[in-house]
Amino acid sequence: MTESALSLKDVRKNFGQTEIIRGVNLEVRRGERHAVIGPNGAGKTTLFNLISGRFPISGGSISLNGTEIHTLEPQRINRLGLSRSFQITSIFHRMSVFENIRCALLWSQGYRYSFWHPLWRQKALNQRAEELLAEINLLERRDLQAGLLSYAEQRSLEIGITIAGGATVILLDEPTAGMSHSETEYAVALIRRVTEGKTLVMVEHDMRVVFDLADTISVVVYGQVIASGPPAEIRANRAVQEAYLGALTE
Amino acid sequence: MSGSSSSSALGRNWLWIVVLLIAIGLPWLFYDWEKARHSGFLLTMLSQMGMMIIFALSYNMLMGQAGLLSFGHAVFFGLGGYCTIHFLNAAEAGSLPLPLEIMPLLAAFSGLGFGIVFGYMAAKQRATAFAMITMGIGELIAVAAIMFHAFFGGEGGVSANRMIERSVLGVGYGAASEVYYLILTWTVIAALLMLFLTKTPLGAMANATRDNFERAQFMGYDPRRVRFLQFALSGFFAGLGGGLYAITYEIVTFDAVAGALSANAVLMTYIGGATIFYGPILGATLITLLQSGLSLLSNAWLIYVGVLFILMVTFAPAGLAGMIEAHGPIARAGRMGRLAVPYLRLLIPGGATLLGAVGLVEIASFVTIGAAQGKSLSVFGYKIGVDDTMPWVIAFALLGVGGAWLRIEIRHFARVWEDVTADIKQRSV
Repeated sequence: MTESALSLKDVRKNFGQTEIIRGVNLEVRRGERHAVIGPNGAGKTTLFNLISGRFPISGGSISLNGTEIHTLEPQRINRLGLSRSFQITSIFHRMSVFENIRCALLWSQGYRYSFWHPLWRQKALNQRAEELLAEINLLERRDLQAGLLSYAEQRSLEIGITIAGGATVILLDEPTAGMSHSETEYAVALIRRVTEGKTLVMVEHDMRVVFDLADTISVVVYGQVIASGPPAEIRANRAVQEAYLGALTE
Repeated sequence: MSGSSSSSALGRNWLWIVVLLIAIGLPWLFYDWEKARHSGFLLTMLSQMGMMIIFALSYNMLMGQAGLLSFGHAVFFGLGGYCTIHFLNAAEAGSLPLPLEIMPLLAAFSGLGFGIVFGYMAAKQRATAFAMITMGIGELIAVAAIMFHAFFGGEGGVSANRMIERSVLGVGYGAASEVYYLILTWTVIAALLMLFLTKTPLGAMANATRDNFERAQFMGYDPRRVRFLQFALSGFFAGLGGGLYAITYEIVTFDAVAGALSANAVLMTYIGGATIFYGPILGATLITLLQSGLSLLSNAWLIYVGVLFILMVTFAPAGLAGMIEAHGPIARAGRMGRLAVPYLRLLIPGGATLLGAVGLVEIASFVTIGAAQGKSLSVFGYKIGVDDTMPWVIAFALLGVGGAWLRIEIRHFARVWEDVTADIKQRSV
């Protein structure tokens, strides 16, 4: 039990009459890189929204490191050590790149809702923000308004914001969507670097990225996990090939 | 902000020190040495500016910094004022032995108290729902101010005497100039505190929830809590402004909590510029200037304020401060010279358009209001008959021809502006 960083048991979600997630069971071991794949509309992003607390679940249970989280609000789940990125870039457009990262650091550094700490004098905080900027290669863009970054840079910033708070479980929703080949390679290297030693769950469409990065792959089709296992096993799985993979890997 | 180098920060601070020196010295420029007294008009206007600056800056803690459009901000200003009247009366009766200099602080804490109560109601929501709730709170308090006589004094309001004969500095505060310097001091303190707040974790997260409230949640923050704290603190400063209002006028009526003053907060902040910290200072100064100065000259002054608001929203959504800041890169590149001629070329058609528009408004207003008051319109001593055709034709012609010419010049100006900025961008790459 405690082996699992993330554990989903018979998770269900319906929007009105339509059941989108139909009893998902999923175990994510601590420290593994876990890819969730599946055709469009299979419910992968919905699954992320349920895990991160964005939507309430309709049935089942979700636990993070053994603690049930499915009744908690997103900020509470985040404070327990789970952080997510968004498929559609979700940054603070009117703030500088530096401020984006610094804000993402604030809670984990214990500042809470303080209105008495002058930010410019928080040496450790500002230094940590600079280090993170260096890590995601945006140090040169430090003072630029985040909305003015290029698309690929915004995606890097998105990842930076996601990892800044020091979460142990990272959910990345299509981190390489819309990227060119070289940008994708760069993003994969970045993800590998910044999630070192952490548990990573990612939704991804690019099969090169999936087989390059993942230790475990789960295949979601029509709101259910039809297979879960190491890449070689998934590649060989008949049901997966029929439902989804075949056309992409051959 | 964080990127500004120390030299430019110093330059900007110098400008504000000059502004402060002007604020200190201005009453003495208009001092009547023969009669040994200050200009009452000027002192009233400057005092009003001070409290409106605090009020507008506190409003911008919601609008500009947290992205919250409130339509009931006067509630905190007015309640701060009402409380101060009661504090002053208590002080005079001897049950509140505090010096007058501290009274605005009590008003601020009253504002904070109401900010906590109403913030609890409003801050759970954002966007339209938030705006509606604040409007509801505004109406609620406005009605309460008429209904509950014991606290609000009904339509007549409540009054007090500010000369409570207790002062840290040994000042009597009988004279308007003494009150003005008290207001100036508090305005500077409040503005610096509000500037400080923008540079704290809460201030940063207010910006963050403004830009993307959902993302803030996934960083461990409860956006409702951020909004609540920002709302309560904004009530603190609005209350402070209201306290100064009560001390200045020694009477607070229904007007101080009413919707018109809440609308004024929106006007001042928007016209001055909500995206830049000092924007509301410019807006409050300008609107107060128009209110005190223009209202003496014209019956129709509110129309001008309204038109100015619409023009700013349409053409300069970042307000006066935004227009100033837009010149920053050009000034730093030393290219302001290239804008001089295009600016001058805007003057004549701009002036003609303005004259035509003002002419039309004034003639029209004299047909009704002027006639009712038995006044007649005169320009440079010439009487203008509003029933004649000629004044109307001239005004329409000025507006039409001036407007068409102005459009051409604006296009020319925009071309030069784009050239200059493109040039600067190319050089910096």
